[in-house]
Amino acid sequence: MSADVTKVDQTPGDQAPDGGTGGGHDTSTQGPPVGGAPARAGGIAGFLGGPLGRNAGLVVALVLLIIVGIITAGDRFASPENALTILRLGSVIGVVSVGMTFVICGGGIDLSVGAIVALSSVWATTVATQTLAADFHWIVMVFAALAVGGVCGLVNGVLIAYGRIAPFIATLAMLAAARGLAEIIAKRRTQIIRDRDFITFFGGSVLGIPVLVILFAIVAVVGWILLNRTTFGRRTLAIGGNPEAARLAGIRVQRQTMYLYILLGIACGIAAVMIMARTTTGTSTHGTLYELDAIAAVVIGGTLLSGGRGTVVGTVLGVLIFTTLTNVFTLNNLDTSTQAVAKGAIIVAAVLLQQRVSRTRST
Amino acid sequence: MTGVVKRFPGVVALGGVDLDVQRGEVHCLLGQNGAGKSTLIKVLAGVHEPNEGTIEWEGEQVTLSHPQAAMDLGVATMYQELDLVEGLSVAENIFLGHEQTRFGFSQRSAARREAAALLARLGHSEISPAAEVGTLSAASCQIVSMARALSLDAKLIIMDEPSAVLDAGEVSQLFRVIREITDQGVAVIYISHRLEEIREIGDRVTVLKDGRTVTTGLDAKTTPTQELIRHMTGRSIEYVFPPKPEVPAGEPLLRVEGLGRTGEFSGVSFDVHPGEVVGLAGLVGSGRSEVVETIFGARKATTGTVTVDGRLVRPGSVPAAVSAGIGLCPEERKSQALVLGASLASNISLASLARFSRAGLLDRDGENTSAEELLESLDVRPRGIHRESRTLSGGNQQKVVLARWLLRGCRVLLLDEPTRGVDVGARSEIYALIRRLTDDGVAVVVVSSEIPEVLGLSNRVLVLADRTVRHEGLADELDEHAVLDIILKGDAA
Repeated sequence: MSADVTKVDQTPGDQAPDGGTGGGHDTSTQGPPVGGAPARAGGIAGFLGGPLGRNAGLVVALVLLIIVGIITAGDRFASPENALTILRLGSVIGVVSVGMTFVICGGGIDLSVGAIVALSSVWATTVATQTLAADFHWIVMVFAALAVGGVCGLVNGVLIAYGRIAPFIATLAMLAAARGLAEIIAKRRTQIIRDRDFITFFGGSVLGIPVLVILFAIVAVVGWILLNRTTFGRRTLAIGGNPEAARLAGIRVQRQTMYLYILLGIACGIAAVMIMARTTTGTSTHGTLYELDAIAAVVIGGTLLSGGRGTVVGTVLGVLIFTTLTNVFTLNNLDTSTQAVAKGAIIVAAVLLQQRVSRTRST
Repeated sequence: MTGVVKRFPGVVALGGVDLDVQRGEVHCLLGQNGAGKSTLIKVLAGVHEPNEGTIEWEGEQVTLSHPQAAMDLGVATMYQELDLVEGLSVAENIFLGHEQTRFGFSQRSAARREAAALLARLGHSEISPAAEVGTLSAASCQIVSMARALSLDAKLIIMDEPSAVLDAGEVSQLFRVIREITDQGVAVIYISHRLEEIREIGDRVTVLKDGRTVTTGLDAKTTPTQELIRHMTGRSIEYVFPPKPEVPAGEPLLRVEGLGRTGEFSGVSFDVHPGEVVGLAGLVGSGRSEVVETIFGARKATTGTVTVDGRLVRPGSVPAAVSAGIGLCPEERKSQALVLGASLASNISLASLARFSRAGLLDRDGENTSAEELLESLDVRPRGIHRESRTLSGGNQQKVVLARWLLRGCRVLLLDEPTRGVDVGARSEIYALIRRLTDDGVAVVVVSSEIPEVLGLSNRVLVLADRTVRHEGLADELDEHAVLDIILKGDAA
């Protein structure tokens, strides 16, 4: 091993020290991009028909959480700094969840996202990559992460679309293999990023907003446009809704399926870059259990697990609910086990509420 | 039952239905799609509870709060959408929900013996009780469903379009069994769109329209057809086929040569000129659907070629067939054609997404305008382009599938059972639509189990039997009996 790269013993990867203190809390800065403001357009009817109305249950849950946060943690919770903290915390899993929304809309599932994040982060921080990055530019590390993520997604996609392996099984295999490969490459050690510019760029802020949050916002907006306003999105919903009908309408179902996993793989690569910036490390333990967090966010967001219908806005709200929950619990010094229990309860409550809303809406 | 009302949020599916069924009779339910037949069945089967009205069973008022309550009374239902579990065996399906057990263990051998006995009684001892249901044909599944109803020792069996997937021979088997069980005092509620079946098997007829009983207790044998149709529609129409198009001489548009697929069909050759309708007649299992799906590339041909306008179409590729200008309205609308949870507009544009793509972005205004125009020109009801396609009746769903290919502007249209599950009124509209297409120079291939339909629509007819073409001739020179003769004897009589 080259002496150029500092390796320290394995540390639990991505928990950046995030506390929070201070003043007023503005929910509007947390609002996801919803493409226009239909809430204002047509009173109650317009509101219920708009993206926010469709996600009414989630908005209510988020507002309740915020109220709980203000009551229990007061100013420490209700401050712009803390709001940004929450967004920063949620940005990594948020990017993965937006990608996951596409795969689930298309009738699939991907359990390997956490492992792909880990592998991408490790590959992008190896001696070789970092040396290359030092010679050229830190962008090499970014490309390495995206490429590794994309290739993992390609493997998933080919196995599922053309190998006809059930998505659950194929990505379960990738989960095991990718994390294993990450451990082999990193020799179970944490690889520190030496490139200061990389950390300064991704760790910094633009106009007071952290770059990570901006990246998440960009991914969410692009994801929303892709799903709702492009033929790509329409094909995705069609193959998830009825693959046979899509096939008999001349849509290349296998190719589209493969694209979805590649897309998610690349999202994992982006997430890897973000987590590298946040922790200044690459390690095989990055992204542990991201698959469950992402699937939970997507599902409570209102995307059908069976495919055919999905919402990026809902997914973003789902992510915000979970991170706000974590934040409120942390501020109140409650342990992660309690958080897990609350998380479970929220998943059930949100889905029940969502079902009721969609039932009344369909009348 | 009297004055039964069933409201769903937003719609009144049943608005006052009166029906009485007597022991040992075959009571036929007639009505257009959306008249409330299926809802009525579900009320009787205990799936839905009525909001108003009463149901009496052997003189006593009953509440059927769940399916098991109906089964306990002796009501068995054969749904139109087959409700079998594909991964289980025939015997397991027949006894599903009322398994014979001893000490909590299922009695597999006993169940298989009894299943075999039931199947033999239905004249289908060739179906093995151990076979997995997923491997059976649609017709065999129907038989299993029937055996399941019999196994319940039901006093009333409700059959929702049992003949839809059966061929003539199987229908007569079905009728034999119905007569047998009605002789034993079992009552049957029989639903079918085929009037001739109702004549043959029915005792009395009840007509539903818009969720209400229009008339009940008509004699099934003697009530004139015109009168039944008038009750169903409020207007008096027969199946009216539009006059057949003149076929222009010249080069054929679609040419199929020596097409075959190992184990499915072989040696299918024919061509279709622009503006011509060619019909494929044959019984269920004759390979009709396989032929059109192979032309469309949904199945890969093992032999033979398909050419459109002289250009070879790459076999086994739907996109290749679609870009060659071929469209298919598949046999199973719900499972093969429509994305049920998606809007009408997105179902219509599904095959033409490239047209609405502006550098990948979807031109939604263009999409909606086109969909709107098509829905209007095809008179789809209810219209709204944002409506989920599952909420439409069979005939209107079929129009949506047709609209998809109209939008695509295809030159060869393959229609597999275009009027299955479509009511009388919508049928005529679909026939007229096919005529409109041929006027525009589209070459049409029609597959149908209903021989009169094939004869009435087509210029030329191919009769399929034993997985190959038995006869090709002008439709005007054939009649229903001649076609049946060819199918049964293997040559033109």
